[in-house]
This record gives sequence, C-alpha cells and structure tokens, in this order.
Amino acid sequence: MKKATRQAYGEALEKLGHKNSNVVVLDADLSGSTKTSIFKKSFPERFFNMGIAEANMVDTAAGLSQVGKIPFASTFSMFGAGRAFEQVRQSMAYQMANVKLVTTHGGISVGEDGGSHQSIEDIAIMRAIPNMTVIVPADATETEKVINVIAEYVGPVYVRCSRMDTDVLFDENYHFEIGKGNLLKDGDDITIIANGLMVEEALKAQQILSEKNISVAVINMACVKPIDKELVITYAKKTGAIITAEEHNYVGGLYGAVSEVVSKHYPVRMDYVAMEDQFGKSGKPEDLMRYFNLTADAIVKKAEALYSSKK
Amino acid sequence: MEDRVKRLTELANELRVDILAMLVKSQSGHPGGSLSVIDVMTALYFEIAKIRKGDPNWVDRDRVVLSKGHVTPALFSVFAKLGFIEKKELMTFRQINSRLQGHPDKKCPGVEVATGSLGHGLSMANGMAIGLKMDGKPNRVFAILGDGEIQEGQVWEAAMAAAHYKLDNLIAVVDHNRLQIDGWVESVMTVSPVDEKFRAFGWEVLTIDGHDMNQILEAFEYALTIKNRPTVIVAHTVKGKGVSFMENQAKFHGTAPKMDEFKKALEEWNITNFDFSIFE
Ligand SMILES: Cc1ncc(C[n+]2csc(CCOP(=O)(O)OP(=O)(O)O)c2C)c(N)n1
Ligand SMILES: [Mg+2]
Repeated sequence: MKKATRQAYGEALEKLGHKNSNVVVLDADLSGSTKTSIFKKSFPERFFNMGIAEANMVDTAAGLSQVGKIPFASTFSMFGAGRAFEQVRQSMAYQMANVKLVTTHGGISVGEDGGSHQSIEDIAIMRAIPNMTVIVPADATETEKVINVIAEYVGPVYVRCSRMDTDVLFDENYHFEIGKGNLLKDGDDITIIANGLMVEEALKAQQILSEKNISVAVINMACVKPIDKELVITYAKKTGAIITAEEHNYVGGLYGAVSEVVSKHYPVRMDYVAMEDQFGKSGKPEDLMRYFNLTADAIVKKAEALYSSKK
Repeated sequence: MEDRVKRLTELANELRVDILAMLVKSQSGHPGGSLSVIDVMTALYFEIAKIRKGDPNWVDRDRVVLSKGHVTPALFSVFAKLGFIEKKELMTFRQINSRLQGHPDKKCPGVEVATGSLGHGLSMANGMAIGLKMDGKPNRVFAILGDGEIQEGQVWEAAMAAAHYKLDNLIAVVDHNRLQIDGWVESVMTVSPVDEKFRAFGWEVLTIDGHDMNQILEAFEYALTIKNRPTVIVAHTVKGKGVSFMENQAKFHGTAPKMDEFKKALEEWNITNFDFSIFE
C-alpha cells in the first residue's frame, strides 16, 4: 500500500481532534496540500487559515500555546522552516512554546514546482535551534505515531512530511519515541542510518548488500533531534562504518547529527547519501531522486566502497 | 477600437493558447493565475516596458519582476513571443533539465529575479528601482503581485519603503482575481480594500478592469507620468479568464488541464487549426 506522509498527517490530526479539544490547527493557504483540510472539515471552529503569511501564522500559534491550546501549524517545509525561521526561533524555541510546526512537501520529492519550493536545508536550520525537537517520519504509520506522541510532549517540535505517495513500511506495532532511533535490520559490517523517504531505499540497499555478503544494519532515525546517541555509538562500535541517507543537503542534517555523535564518542568511517550542497530543480519526483542519487543503488555503491576501505 | 488595443488583445488571446498548451504537455503548473494576468503582461511586455525583442540582456531595458512567480506559463509564453527562448522550448516546461523551471529561475533568459516563494518581488523591485535612480537611469521597474500574495507582511514593508524612497520609477500591479489556493481571498484572509491600503501607504492607486486592454494601457501610461511616489494598478480580473469552465474555479489554480479540456478550450475559442504535433 502507498500513502503520502502528508495524508497520514491530515488523518492523524483529525483523529487527534476528537481526542483532545485543545488541539487547534493553523495553515497558510495550503490546507488542501498539507491535508489539514481534513481536520478543518470536522472541526471548522478550531481551524484558522492565516492566509499566505507564514511568519504571522507561527507567532499566532505561539500565542495560542500561551493560553493552553495545542497548536499545529502547517505549510510547506520551505516556508515553515525558511520563511518563518526567526519566528520559530524567537517565539517557539526560545520560550519553549508548545507549538507543533508540521510541514509537508519537504525535500526534492516536491517535484515539478522546482528548487524554490524544495527545502534541502530545513532540518539543518531547525536542528540548529536550541530546544527544538526535529522529526522526519519514514512512512504513514510512523507519521501517525509521531503526531500522537508530539501532541503529548510539551514543547516546540518541527516535523517534515512528504508530498509523494510512498510505501507503508511499518505495521501498527511500530513504536516511535522522541530521542529514540529504531533498529530495523541488524548487521555487522556496516550501518545505514536513514530517515524520511530514504528509509525505504536503505532497506532495499540492505537486501542488495546482503546478497553480496555484506551484513548491514539499518536504523530509522526519524528523530534527528534529540538524536539517539546510545544507538549511534553502539552501532559505530559494532559495525565500524556508518552511512547516512537523507533527502536533504549533506550539510547540517542527519549526516551532521550522526557525525557529531560519532566524531566525539567513537570515530569510525562515515559517508553519506544526500544532496551535494546544491539546489533542487523541476522534474518528476522519481526522476529527481535518481538525478540527485537519492536511491538504494547510490547507498549500495557508497556502502561497498566504505566496506572495502574498512578492510 | 484603437489599432494597438486590437493587436494586443489578439496577442494576449494567442498567448492563452500557448499557456494551456504548455500546461497540457507538462501536466503540472498554474493555469488560473496565468490566464488572469496575461492581458496585463501582454500590454506590459509588448507596449509599455522598454524591452527589446531577442535581446533579454539589453542594458537599457526596463525591469519586470514577476512576484507571483507561479504563473511561469504566462511568463514563458511571453518570452517565446519575444524571442528570448524558442517556442518549441515551451514543451519542456517543468521537465528535468529544462531552463523553464516551475518557478522563475535565472537559467531562463528574460527572468530578472528568481521568485516563487511569494512576497519577495516588491522588495527586490524596490532595490532595482533605487539602484537605477542612483545611476541616473530613466528605466522603470514593474512588479506583478497576486492578491493572495499581498497577505505576506513583507509586501507591506516593501510598500512602506517604496513610498518612503519616493520610487516614482516603480509601478506595481496587483492581479486582483479574488482567488487564492484555499478559495476566495475574502474568506481565507481579507485583503480588501486593496486600493485604500496602498493609498494609506502613500501610493498613487489606479483601479481598472484587468481584461480591458484600453484601460490597461491607459493606466500604465498614466502611471508613467506620476512623480514622487510609486503607483499601483489594482487590476480586477477573473482567474482562469477566457475558458468558461476554468473561470473563477479555485481548482484551476494549480491543476493543469487535460487534453480533452484543452480541446474544449480550443473549441470555445473557435480555433480549428491547432498543430497537435508540437506535443509529440
Ligand atoms: C511564501 C509562499 N507561501 C506559499 C506559497 C504557495 N502558493 C503558491 S501560489 C499560492 C496562492 C497565490 O494566490 P494569489 O497571490 O492570489 O495568486 P493568483 O491568484 O494570481 O494565482 C500559494 C499559497 C508560496 N509559493 N510562497
Ligand atoms: Mg489571486
């Protein structure tokens, strides 16, 4: 089954609306795309369209949080993390406001809209802000879990969902916790740490590599911040080599987060599959993923190289 | 009807065909706001602004900033007609490695500034207008904004600055088609009265029917005479203008027409000689 994480977000939000009457939702003229329209349909009195005014939306959400509401604010990742950066920093993070900035259309899989709309730096800039929790769910199941968990957590959170329909990877028993990674496959030779759409690619790469007798551990690190240090260190020790895979610039995202842990606590060889410090462009999502080498094959190549350099 | 009014009206309608053709091919992009603004853009690019055909980098050109950057179909149809790009390149719109990106990108000749994230254009136009004045250049800067776009606070920061710096070489147009993505502008986030807001910010304000070529030309020509303050033309338009089933439909903000819809539009326009081989 395929489902976009943005769709799962909209559906989870609507369910949450039934459970918790303090949940309010804000959007910036993209409710059909971010799927907050699903919540709006059931709870019109708790939905606020702020128009094309993302900065104002984030600060308004911060205000709502000060009087006991649990605001979820949504727009495209580019405009939530980008346009409203300083509002996130000042009004959400600096004062630990209980605001959930859940964005959609993250990364290059936005497709035809092109580079202006493809956030490849949102995780880096959100992660650089103290107090922030930053999450990139891998599939629809995880997205629903994330939404429920962050509704209970008190504090500022940034979540990045995708536009594209993708395979559902996990079943109902999947467990998500802030600050915890999930070991999906165990292995001895190399660890792939991925998040978002790249988790599926990492799992495919693991298959291909196992046929080549390379034993690969795969970790889904949906929670980029706070990162699961223990798990990273454990697998640095166990496999001695780590590859990260993310739909984001290699600067400051998951590769950065994992490197920060590894370089300090247990240096091992690392490499990444990520955007090579360049902007995206227009094209079909699948074509772009191939063009920018965000594929299982790219992971396999890097893993093989890393594996042979290890020996 | 004045000759040029007839000529420009016909030209705009010709460009409407190119706009839809591009979108049918790409199956991705923004028809509604392209069709609402094409009459204004035709007047601007082919009559009002100092623009030289085939010479997008002419140093003495006026500058046009498409702040509502999603209407690239309108922009690129104009560029093809101006010989900035080849007409057949329109069929590469939004495809991987095309110069014709989803939103204006400087890879494409004729694009003055990259836009697409709404609300940036007027500020950049201000910068251009200030710089051109500093150099004693007689050139004008034109900025085209959406009526949903003006919900961005930055637009009003720019509006304040343009009046403060007395940018009489700056002319903005608000394409007031009353729709944005989530529906009617007035129900999403009220922007009216647009004219009084700009007037309060110190602008000269002109209000016109943005599909009446005569009014469009008159407004631009009057704006060129205004001294000591910027001018905004509030152009009342219809989103999806010219295609009965697209007019006033929020759905056609960002949904490309299918081939059968394109054929229906051609029928409405009594066009029987369209060359479908361009799609191959
Ligand atoms: C900063 C920013 N926020 C959101 C968007 C997504 N978006 C693209 S077009 C649009 C609606 C624009 O409405 P309007 O300005 O009225 O344009 P028009 O009706 O002329 O198409 C939105 C919200 C964007 N491009 N930039
Ligand atoms: Mg509009």
